[in-house]
Amino acid sequence: MLIVALGYILSARGIQTSFMSDPVGPRVFPYLVAAVVILCSLVMILRPDPDEDWPAGPMVLQLGIALVVLMGYSQAISPLGFLIPTAIVAGILSWQIGGNPVRSAITGLGLSVGLFVLFRVILGLGLRGLPAGMGF
Amino acid sequence: MAFPPEWGSKIMETLANLAMGFSIALTPYTLMLAIIGCFVGTIIGALPGLGPSNGVALLIPISFSMGLDAISALVLLTSVYYGAMYGGRISSILLNIPGDEPAMMTTLDGYPMAKQGKASEALVVSGVASFVGAMLATIGLMIFAPYLARVAYQFGPAEYFALYMLAFCTLGGIGSSNQAKAAMAAAIGLGIAMIGLDKTTGMPRFTFGELHLMDGVDFLVAIVGLFAVAEVFHFIESHGKDSAIGVKLGKILVPWRMLKQTSGAMLRGTGIGFVAGVLPGAGASLGSFLAYMAEKSVAKGADKASFGKGNPKGVAAPEAGNNAAAGGALVPMLTLGVPGSGTTAVLLALLLTLNITPGPLLFAERPEVVWSLIASLLIANVVLLLMNVPMVKVFVKILSVPAWVLLPGVTMIAFVGIYSLTGSSFDMLLMVAFGVLGYVMRKLGIPTVPVILGILLGNAMEDNLRRAMVLSNGDWWYLLSSPIAIGLWIAAIVGFVAPIFLRRILKKPAVPHDPTLNED
Repeated sequence: MLIVALGYILSARGIQTSFMSDPVGPRVFPYLVAAVVILCSLVMILRPDPDEDWPAGPMVLQLGIALVVLMGYSQAISPLGFLIPTAIVAGILSWQIGGNPVRSAITGLGLSVGLFVLFRVILGLGLRGLPAGMGF
Repeated sequence: MAFPPEWGSKIMETLANLAMGFSIALTPYTLMLAIIGCFVGTIIGALPGLGPSNGVALLIPISFSMGLDAISALVLLTSVYYGAMYGGRISSILLNIPGDEPAMMTTLDGYPMAKQGKASEALVVSGVASFVGAMLATIGLMIFAPYLARVAYQFGPAEYFALYMLAFCTLGGIGSSNQAKAAMAAAIGLGIAMIGLDKTTGMPRFTFGELHLMDGVDFLVAIVGLFAVAEVFHFIESHGKDSAIGVKLGKILVPWRMLKQTSGAMLRGTGIGFVAGVLPGAGASLGSFLAYMAEKSVAKGADKASFGKGNPKGVAAPEAGNNAAAGGALVPMLTLGVPGSGTTAVLLALLLTLNITPGPLLFAERPEVVWSLIASLLIANVVLLLMNVPMVKVFVKILSVPAWVLLPGVTMIAFVGIYSLTGSSFDMLLMVAFGVLGYVMRKLGIPTVPVILGILLGNAMEDNLRRAMVLSNGDWWYLLSSPIAIGLWIAAIVGFVAPIFLRRILKKPAVPHDPTLNED
C-alpha cells in the first residue's frame, strides 16, 4: 500500500514536469489535479487501510495469461476476422473460470458462432467473420 | 383546496409536453425497443456480476454502431437501466447473491422469505415495490426537473465549477468508505480527461507523442474497460465459485394481503429513495440502504424483531427505495449534466455520445428528447411490472447460466462494441489497460465510479474554471462570488466531511460479502 502510494506521488511528479512544454493556461488545472493526488497519497500513507488479499503465485500467472490473451485478441480481431480469435479467446477464458477443457472448447465455439450471428446477422454490425481475403 | 391559477397552467403545460412525449414513444418501433430494453435489462440486473452500470456501458457502443437515432438509443438504454434495477432483486431473493449493488439490502429479508417457501411472495412484493418506487419517482422527475432547470439557467462558470466539486465530494463522501481514496479516484479520472489536445490553445497534453491519444481517451473505452473487462479478471481470480444453489420457486400467486400490509413501507421507501437519488453522488445503493434502515426504525415490537428474518416490509422498502433513487438520479443528470451515480454517469456518457448536452438548455431546446424519454420511462415501468410478476420464471431460468459461459460472452461483447465503434485496435488495448486499472483499484479499495465521473466531467470542469478566471482576470475569489456558488461549496464540503462522522452512527448491517459486486 505504502509503496503504491509512493509510486503515485512519483508518477504525479513525472506528470508535473511534462507540463512545462505547455503555455501557462492549460497547466493550472492539471496542477490542481496533481496536488489532489499527492495529498491523497499522503493521507493513504499516514492512515493505511488493512491490506487486501493479493493474488499469489499461480493466480498471478492465470491473470497474466488472461491479460496476454486479451491483448492478443485486441490485435487479432482486425486482421483475422471475428470467428477464429473469438473461439480461441472465449475458450481460454472459459477454461480459466470453469476449469473443464472440453466444456470450455464447446463454449468458445458456441459463443463465437452465436455472437457472430447476433451481431452480424441480427444487429447488422460491420464485423468481418474470417481472415481478410477469405470471404465474409 | 383551490390552487393558485398559475399552477393550473403549469400542470396543463406538463401534460401537453407529456402527450407529445407519448406520441413519440408509442410508435410501434420505439415501443418494441422499450420492451427489448426492459427484457435485456432485467436479465442484466439479475445476473450476478452484471449490473446497471456495466450493462448499459456494454450496450452503448453496440446501439451506437447499429445507427439508432438519439431518441431510440435513449429509450432502449434507459429501459435497460430501469430493467436492471428491477432484475437485481431476483438473484438477491433466490440465491442470496445480489444481482447488483443496489439490490444488496433486498437479500436481508428476501432470502429468508425464500427459505421459508415464500419466494414467489417475495418476488411479487418486490416487483410491485419496484413499480411503485419507479413510477412515483418518474412522476417526481416530471415535476421537479423543469424547476431545477429554471434555477440552473442562472448558473455561470463559477457555479458550475462549484457544482462539479459538489458532485465529486458527495460521491466520494457518501459512496465510499475512505475519502482519500475517493478523491484520488476522482483526480485520476480528471487527469485522464486532460489527455489530448487542449481545447483553448490546441497544444497536445500527456500524449507522449502517441498519435492515437491526440483526440483524448474515449470515455466509452474507459467505462467498458473499468466496468466490464475488470470483471473478467475478478471472476478468473474467484474461479466463479459463488455459483450458489438456488431456492425452489413455486407457482406465482399475487399475495394481496401482503401487498396491502407493505404499501406503507413502499411509499416511505419511495420518498426516501427519491431524495437520495436526487442528491448528486448518492445513488440507488444509498436509497435502498436508507429506506431499509428507516423502515426498520419505524417498525415496532414483533414486527421490528422479524426484520432480517423474512419480513416482507424489509423487501418492499429497499426495492421501492432503489428504484425511486434510480428515477431521482435522472433529475440532476438531465437538468445540470451532473450524474448522481455510476449508472447515471454511464447514461451521461450516452447522451454525450449522441451529441446531446444535458443541462438547463436541454429542456428548452430539445423538449422532444426529454419528454419522450420520460414517456418511455413510464411505459417501461408498466412493461417491467408485467414482465417481472407473471413472467419472473423466465428470468429465473436465465439465472442458471454458468459463469464460464457468461463471462467470456461479456468480454467478447465488450470487444465487439468498442471495435465496431472505433475500429481501432489501439482503443481495444486501451480498454484492456483500463480493465487492469479497474482490477487493481478494486483490490486497493479505490472506487471506480469517481474515475468515470472525472473523465466525463474533466474537460467541462476545466473549461468553466478557465472561463471564470478570464471573467475575473485571474482572481480566485471569483469562484465564491455568488450566493449559489457559496452554497454549493458549503454543501460540497459538508458532503465530503460529514460522512466521516455519520459512519460511526450508521453502521451497515452485515450483508453477504461479494467481491464480484459492481458499483451502481
